[in-house]
Amino acid sequence: MKYIDEYRDGALARSIAATIAREASPDRHYKFMEFCGGHTHAISRYGIEDLLPSNVEMVHGPGCPVCVLPIGRIDDAIRLAMRSEVTLCTYADLMRVPASGGASLMKAKAAGADIRMIYSPMDAVLIAEAESARQVVFFAIGFETTTPSTALAIGLARRKQLSNFSVFCNHVLTPPAIRAILDTANLPEVERVLVDGFVGPAHVSTVIGTTPYVALAAEFEKPVVVAGFEPLDVVQAILMLVRQVNQGRSDVENQYIRAVAPEGNLIAQAEIAEIFELREMFEWRGLGELPMSALRLREAHAQFDAERRFDVVPVPAADNPACECGDVLRGLKKPADCKLFGTVCSPETPMGSCMVSPEGACAAHWTYGRFRDRAKASIVQAAA
Amino acid sequence: MNAPRLRARKLDIRGGLVDLSHGAGGRASAQLIDEIFREAFDNPFLNQGNDQAAFDVAAGRMVMSTDGYVIWPLFFPGGDIGSLAVHGTINDVAMAGAKPLHLAASYIIEEGFPLVDLQRIAVSMGRAASEAGVAIITGDTKVVERGKADGVFISTTGIGIVPPGIELSGDRARRGDCVILSGSIGDHVVAVMSKRSNLGFETELLSDSAALHGLVADMVRAAGPSLRLLRDPTRGGLAATLNEIAQQSRCGFLIEESKIPVRPEVVAACELLGLDPLNVANEGKLVAVADPSAADALLAAMRSHPLGREAAVIGEVTADDHRFVQMTTSFGGGRIVDWLAGEQLPRIC
Repeated sequence: MKYIDEYRDGALARSIAATIAREASPDRHYKFMEFCGGHTHAISRYGIEDLLPSNVEMVHGPGCPVCVLPIGRIDDAIRLAMRSEVTLCTYADLMRVPASGGASLMKAKAAGADIRMIYSPMDAVLIAEAESARQVVFFAIGFETTTPSTALAIGLARRKQLSNFSVFCNHVLTPPAIRAILDTANLPEVERVLVDGFVGPAHVSTVIGTTPYVALAAEFEKPVVVAGFEPLDVVQAILMLVRQVNQGRSDVENQYIRAVAPEGNLIAQAEIAEIFELREMFEWRGLGELPMSALRLREAHAQFDAERRFDVVPVPAADNPACECGDVLRGLKKPADCKLFGTVCSPETPMGSCMVSPEGACAAHWTYGRFRDRAKASIVQAAA
Repeated sequence: MNAPRLRARKLDIRGGLVDLSHGAGGRASAQLIDEIFREAFDNPFLNQGNDQAAFDVAAGRMVMSTDGYVIWPLFFPGGDIGSLAVHGTINDVAMAGAKPLHLAASYIIEEGFPLVDLQRIAVSMGRAASEAGVAIITGDTKVVERGKADGVFISTTGIGIVPPGIELSGDRARRGDCVILSGSIGDHVVAVMSKRSNLGFETELLSDSAALHGLVADMVRAAGPSLRLLRDPTRGGLAATLNEIAQQSRCGFLIEESKIPVRPEVVAACELLGLDPLNVANEGKLVAVADPSAADALLAAMRSHPLGREAAVIGEVTADDHRFVQMTTSFGGGRIVDWLAGEQLPRIC
């Protein structure tokens, strides 16, 4: 398929991998974080790990929107969906995310809640238009990638003068999450994530551009290479990071030039700014409360805000204490380091969100990569 | 003086709707069965008019299989729920290496369903059965209140007879056996999804829905007892099929992504919908596991059948305590091919 096959070319991948192996200094270890779940998925699905030399290591970052959503927000969504007048529209990824007390949207739907899986927020607007007796709530999640389409849906609902459409907004921002990973000066040493650079966001950067990473790269002296989600993009970005590290540079480079402009998509940014404003504080799973890291609807659009319409009052909710999603999301641990991984936690019975979304580090490792644990285990056994 | 003879008016197929009386067992039921089903399925067994069909069987091993069909939409490029209900059950019988003999069909119809659509489904079902040479010899019709079903649900049961010396079973894969796929994967789901109104993409692609017993007969002839097992990768796709066999046979698989035929349209639609072609249903494909010494003969037989032209060896059976299905990606790395967690796409068969 045109524009797909070119970026999945195995021969080219092996040649870049050979260059990485040649240029990576044998005297040091390179540890890079791929920020996005899309990268995590590509690395696992195409087996990129197998192409890299042993001293180039990838750790997974927090860029999986389903994964970083705190359990309390899922609880809120379930409470909304259980209201008899509400039809909750959601992306399918969220259906099986574990909420408090073993609940999930999937279970709420089975218990009678009117929950519908949609592909686009526009579908939720059309449902609201067709079913005027229902209060249609769109469960909006995602980074800057999905925010513009939520903004457009709200704009459409306004033009259609719909009084039965609202958005439960959970949109979050990428740069504050990168800062939270890097800004570890106040953390005890064991909690610091030591990475040598970032494979920077793909689709997010099509919206916000590359400029927002410049200050972060300079302040924390870490190179960032914005890269696409195809496997060849990732491999090329890793080579670019190795070169920056070797040359002692901490620049923001753009591998994804076919889609990302330095200034991003100004029209999308304007749509976002028209509808949304910053929240002072928002909780992230794994990263905790981060200031100025999420969006809510502006006062002018309050009528479309489900939190205001239904008086959503946050109820604190704790993760399963044994679940290590938090450390996995920060790159402190790898999926197989979690005691629950593959024992009680699997995609069929997820204990944490990282095992649910296809972009989640645990689900990606379980679905595509867990055969490597066996190889590692047998090496360990042989050494013992 | 003669009593006046009741002359019922024929069903108004063009404008009529199924109502509850059509399932009540009275004259209306009899008329529906006569004018739609008996007309479409026409065969001497059905025409006996009894509550059961009677037939003689040869001595030997028989197989039986049953399946329910709830696909939506009912009509899709390359087929409809009627033809699918024939092909699907014939294939389940054929995967034992059997020659399918007869089918039974049961309809659950929602009140208000247009008679014209019901007839279209029945005619298509009758045509699929007659093309396959397998008659629908008994059946049942029920009508439920509006909202208690969605249009039409069909359940079919098939029986078949296994040739002597053939014993195919999911627990017979052995290390070193070859794995053969009969053709491209994913066509059915992409054709069906293209007709779902909220997805908004168009394709020329047709469902691969087809009866595979002719292909199976050629394969059985070519490979004989070297053929270990057959399975059709329907719900859950190739990934689920290989994982099922791995569990049953206590083995693993190593397959090669570049050997698996997938049409460009399917790759494109799966990209768009976030699906993996390995996980989506097929309705006219089969996976064969066979002794490698029979691979060439098997491939030649398959490729000379219209439903096996693109047949390819895609990998081999491995010894694996973990029962992993592993794949070498066309990119050069390794990955697991896992069962799908949760429901990827509802009601595709």
